[in-house]
Amino acid sequence: MNDTVYYWQALNRALDAEMSVDESVIVMGEDVGLYGGSYRVTEGLYAKYGEWRLRDTPISEGSFTGLGVGAAMVGLRPVVEIMTINFALLALDAIINMAAKIPFMSGGQFPMPLVVRMPGGVAKQLAAQHSQRLEQTLMNVPGLRIAVPATPQDAYWQLCQAIRSDEPIILLEHELLYFSKGSLDVTLEAPPMHRAQVHRQGDDLTIVTYSRMLDLSLRAAEQLAEKGISAEVVDLRSLRPIDWDTCVASLEKTHRLLVVEEDSRFAGAGAEIAAGLTERCFYTLDAAPQRVAALEIPTPFNATLEAASIPRIADIIAAAENLCTN
Amino acid sequence: MESDPLRKMLHDMLLARAFEERAAQEYAQGNIAGFLHLYPGEEAVGVGVLHAAEPADYIVSTYREHVHALVRGVPARVVMAELFGRKTGCSGGLGGSMHLFDAGRRFMGGYAIVGETFPIATGIGYAIAMRELPEAVICFFGDGAVNQGTFHESLNMAALWKLPVLFVCENNHYQIGTEIHRHSAVAEVYKRAAAYRIPARRIDGMDVLAVHQASVDALQQIRAGNGPQFLECETYRFRGHSMADPGSYRPKVELQAFEEREDPLKIAIAETVVAYPDAEQIAASGANNIERLKAHLNEGNHLSAEQLAGIEQEITEQVEDAVCFAGDSPEPTLADAQAALDCNRQGEVLL
Repeated sequence: MNDTVYYWQALNRALDAEMSVDESVIVMGEDVGLYGGSYRVTEGLYAKYGEWRLRDTPISEGSFTGLGVGAAMVGLRPVVEIMTINFALLALDAIINMAAKIPFMSGGQFPMPLVVRMPGGVAKQLAAQHSQRLEQTLMNVPGLRIAVPATPQDAYWQLCQAIRSDEPIILLEHELLYFSKGSLDVTLEAPPMHRAQVHRQGDDLTIVTYSRMLDLSLRAAEQLAEKGISAEVVDLRSLRPIDWDTCVASLEKTHRLLVVEEDSRFAGAGAEIAAGLTERCFYTLDAAPQRVAALEIPTPFNATLEAASIPRIADIIAAAENLCTN
Repeated sequence: MESDPLRKMLHDMLLARAFEERAAQEYAQGNIAGFLHLYPGEEAVGVGVLHAAEPADYIVSTYREHVHALVRGVPARVVMAELFGRKTGCSGGLGGSMHLFDAGRRFMGGYAIVGETFPIATGIGYAIAMRELPEAVICFFGDGAVNQGTFHESLNMAALWKLPVLFVCENNHYQIGTEIHRHSAVAEVYKRAAAYRIPARRIDGMDVLAVHQASVDALQQIRAGNGPQFLECETYRFRGHSMADPGSYRPKVELQAFEEREDPLKIAIAETVVAYPDAEQIAASGANNIERLKAHLNEGNHLSAEQLAGIEQEITEQVEDAVCFAGDSPEPTLADAQAALDCNRQGEVLL
């Protein structure tokens, strides 16, 4: 059953698998139906499940996300696709004020089996308005859960798990990952949705990362190995909650923490990761935790500047070397 | 109309008024804190619409929703306990005045961000339409909400997919302190529904019978599969500072307040004191919605003075009981709050 597939195909198979067994699962968003999804994620599903379950919406992010909230309250399992996270700024009231709060402020009376899928991050020269990373905004919302799959296998597992959950879950994808390939075995048993995964063993430092930065971190780790530095690479897979235990176990071995994120440094996701691990591992750390993060500027359109504005493999290597020689 | 439903409507209007007046008193005494948006003056809308609804219909409301919950059948003591922030409240004391919920009665909540009721109602309507059920959603909102994007976005989708939603505008002519002609280029709210080809009517929201009949008609259209309907109910809230309104239902008490506020010292005092017209002042204001229904019942020999006194007595006791119940109820614990947050976890171990 082991296939090599694109990340978008893994998401597509997850949707198909869940829609085929539960007719309360619906998908809503711009061009998810007839068109098949901007990143092909819903390809073929419209013909199979019809317009009520694959609903092409007007460009009304605030309301079709809120519509998903209302539908979830009465037992549908909406998967709302927001074409990119940049447009989710218009839907934050629905996500933060409605989905995350209704089960709580009703005293626990309503289910909220809502999934909001959207790609974030810097792609290729999409300019400042289409290159945002908003994980830090959503991480600060009690009541939400955030999964950040970095591989096709995780994309499949975590989307299936998110759809089956009765809690509101954000699936934060990445535009540059949709056409990355990886193995997928749908018969494997999934780990808990929020469990971090150690992708590479090492002794000298722990790189904690997520989403597209996993790939860069792994490649940096290979080059670091050639330089005699052994890096362990942990993919968080989830930003709320965060699997601290897996990270702590790694740090007890390596004693050095490097956080790699595509988020801007100031008050970014890495700030919480570094703070949380410092609280837990202060006495086992041999050096102050370091972060490799995006620069504090809106993403420039110019390709050279764009590339320089987010972590590159060389940045990770330099930071790791610096951390291990101090 | 027969006497019985009329009496029930009057009962609910009287209960609404008495409950809200008592809530104002409890607020003044410090038993209720936070934001408290009261309904006096607008009773004919909530009562007229909700008496036309079926138990299987869903209600989505705003932050001025105590009366909608009461008329829907949420017991007065449970609503009052929520205003007090107690565990026995309809939202476990975690929602408060602006967030009353009752899943069993399909009371889908009070929402405190203006314009949120539209997408929630549209989403519930979507589920109903997809499942081809004979249910409807009643979506309340004020005149101030029609300038939010969600109004236009949601009406568009509701019309596009023929969703069973009854949009009910409680037009009290003010978005907090801004009169409708100062906040809307088109002050006839019902006309805006035409932009989305949704049948819309403007009705006298001070006349409960008119509201009720219009709601019955609109819900019939919805259940016949004709898609969303829209009612603009012109009403008035007796509470709050505001400019004089040209409506014939304008209470004298408001005019008096306006005249008194010419004095800047009095304005300053009025701004700092929690001002609320007492029952006498409201009675002196002339024909309001409740008085109109009473007169109708009296003229049609539907209700004797003794019967009316009996209803009023029963309501006084009910409201008193609600306050006692709320005051005696325990507060929720942090463990209760955590349980509410995790109510949908279903035993899943996250890590």
